[in-house]
Amino acid sequence: MTDQTPLVEMKDICISFGGIHAVDHVSINLYPGEVVGLLGHNGAGKSTLIKILSGAYQMDSGEIRINGEKATIESPRDARRYNIETIYQTLALADNLDAAANLFLGRELTTPLGFVDDAQQEAETRKIMARLNPNFKKHKEPVSALSGGQRQSVAIARAVYFKARILIMDEPTAALGVHETQMVADLIQELKKQGLGIFLISHDTREMMDLCDRVSVMKNGKVVGTERVEDVTEDDILSMIILGKNPLREGAEEPA
Amino acid sequence: MSSDTTDIPADIDPANQPHHTTRGLRGFLDATELDTRLLGMVGALALIWVGFHLYGALVNGFGAFLTPRNLWNLSVQTSSIGIMACGMVLVIITRHIDLSVGSILGFCAISMGVIQVDVLPAWLGLGHPMIWVIAALCGIALGAVIGSFHGFLIAYGKIPAFIVTLGGLLVWRGAAFLVARGETISPVDSTFALLGGGPYGSIGATGSWIVGLIACAAIVGLLLWGRRQRRKFHFPLRPVWAEWFLGLLGCGLVIGAVLLVNAYPWPRGIVRRYAEAEGITVPDGGLFISHGFAIPVLILLAVAIAMTILMTMTRFGRYVYAIGGNPEAAELAGINSRLMTVKIFSIMGGLAGLSAVVASARLNSATNSLGTLDELYVIASAVIGGTSLAGGVGTIYGAILGALVMQSLQTGMVLIGFDAAIQQVVVGSVLVLAVFLDILYRGKSK
Repeated sequence: MTDQTPLVEMKDICISFGGIHAVDHVSINLYPGEVVGLLGHNGAGKSTLIKILSGAYQMDSGEIRINGEKATIESPRDARRYNIETIYQTLALADNLDAAANLFLGRELTTPLGFVDDAQQEAETRKIMARLNPNFKKHKEPVSALSGGQRQSVAIARAVYFKARILIMDEPTAALGVHETQMVADLIQELKKQGLGIFLISHDTREMMDLCDRVSVMKNGKVVGTERVEDVTEDDILSMIILGKNPLREGAEEPA
Repeated sequence: MSSDTTDIPADIDPANQPHHTTRGLRGFLDATELDTRLLGMVGALALIWVGFHLYGALVNGFGAFLTPRNLWNLSVQTSSIGIMACGMVLVIITRHIDLSVGSILGFCAISMGVIQVDVLPAWLGLGHPMIWVIAALCGIALGAVIGSFHGFLIAYGKIPAFIVTLGGLLVWRGAAFLVARGETISPVDSTFALLGGGPYGSIGATGSWIVGLIACAAIVGLLLWGRRQRRKFHFPLRPVWAEWFLGLLGCGLVIGAVLLVNAYPWPRGIVRRYAEAEGITVPDGGLFISHGFAIPVLILLAVAIAMTILMTMTRFGRYVYAIGGNPEAAELAGINSRLMTVKIFSIMGGLAGLSAVVASARLNSATNSLGTLDELYVIASAVIGGTSLAGGVGTIYGAILGALVMQSLQTGMVLIGFDAAIQQVVVGSVLVLAVFLDILYRGKSK
């Protein structure tokens, strides 16, 4: 896989908020068809790093390459141009709008006269939801009336519909039940087969071991280590998260 | 794109499935897809109207409320507040507030007064037919510029809307005084004055029938088009009887309104003067000349239709709701919320300018105190009409109904002889009560 051009390369990324280095010289990459997990405590810098890629934050220094070419991402609009889609922890859905309006938010289908084509949008939404979540029926109601899993499927449908090549999922299963979590896991496998690159953020170490090809552990804005999941145990990862040291590279029995 | 939406077998096509299965009132509401909230507001309005009429009939011996004359006047009085309420809906949906609309109205009115009385006649000559157009456009543009400036301070200066517009409330009221040193400018241009209503500022019986028939045709056209769209995309259809019911109800209301405004004749004195000027002899029984729809009411209708289209059919409207529902989500979806804020306040200011046209034309004069306290009535109208101060929720038709409720209360209390102090107590209480009922309703419907 290493001879391939990475889909995403983030090199030496730094960002600070009021003197705190939220992300401190971080480098990370992602290949097509690969799921890379980002792990770490709250405040370790995972979400911040990912928000730089999705255009929500602007990095202070560093470089982002998409398909080997230098990319400028200064807004969510820029990110979308590079086919980067993000499913946020907070879901980023407008609760008062229905599924179709959310799916197409910012990229509405329009009639020749320039009006929003609600009927076409709803028809497209029904089609994609039939594929992703066949039980989804509440097309006319605002998404506030939906369950966590249904809301999540709207967010995922948005990424799938617009043919994302790079997908960022920030805690996609945090608000979901067992069955819905499984649905998201299946979907990740399917998207992976289609050659998407996926960044996954989660606190659930076991889930990450199942879903990811590689995991990167962050602590205090720095990457502690990046390892293939088959090379590490759950305990290794936990000790990386907690101690901020990589047992495979530095030796687990380092003197205190 | 539409070709792949027509390949569903007819027997499982949702367009051919029964639309609703429940019976009774619930079934009726499901079938017609009428908004229960809308029905509640119409019911409240009917209650207010009938209540005032009966009170007048029983206590004062004369029910003055449900008369063509009063209802016609009510429609004219609602126009100014109603026009601004349409803009306030956008402002409140996006979680802002605009306290300055009354002062912007005053400032625009006095500026237009100066333009059409002092400036333009000197250029174009007194009574030039373009004066009213230029003056009105200047007023609307002035309002829009002031609104944009407020919006700019809010969006890019990050000053809360409450503070910016509270400042605007004082600044523009003071500026209105300075423009004409506190003088009242009267009379305004005679063509301009028609925009405020009155016998000459109405379109008469024939004109009203034409407007009414166009409205009926539009209602039928919209129902047919909606049905066609649903069939095309295989969405469940309304039962045919429900379509007929909606069509007949809509056309009935329109025709009722036309009959009502045509039943209100010009006052005798004006008829006499008109007859003299036109060289008509007035028969013994008097000449019956209908008012018809007042021009300010038509302006309000045009604003309401344009704003409804803007809010429900365009990206702009969609983004207004999205920003109100979840500002972060809107921003992440690539919506430029700041620019949207500027545009929204610009629309609000422009509508305040248009409202200034109507209000000063109606008074046939411009004073620096015009529109005082209007901001509160406008906000109250929007809120009574179901616009949520928490953001994300609100409709144009609701705001206009809200304005009608507010104005009905005021007019009704004047008619039955309540004094100003009691009026204030009632209007204030109704505002709080309406919002409380709305909270109860929303809690239940969740």
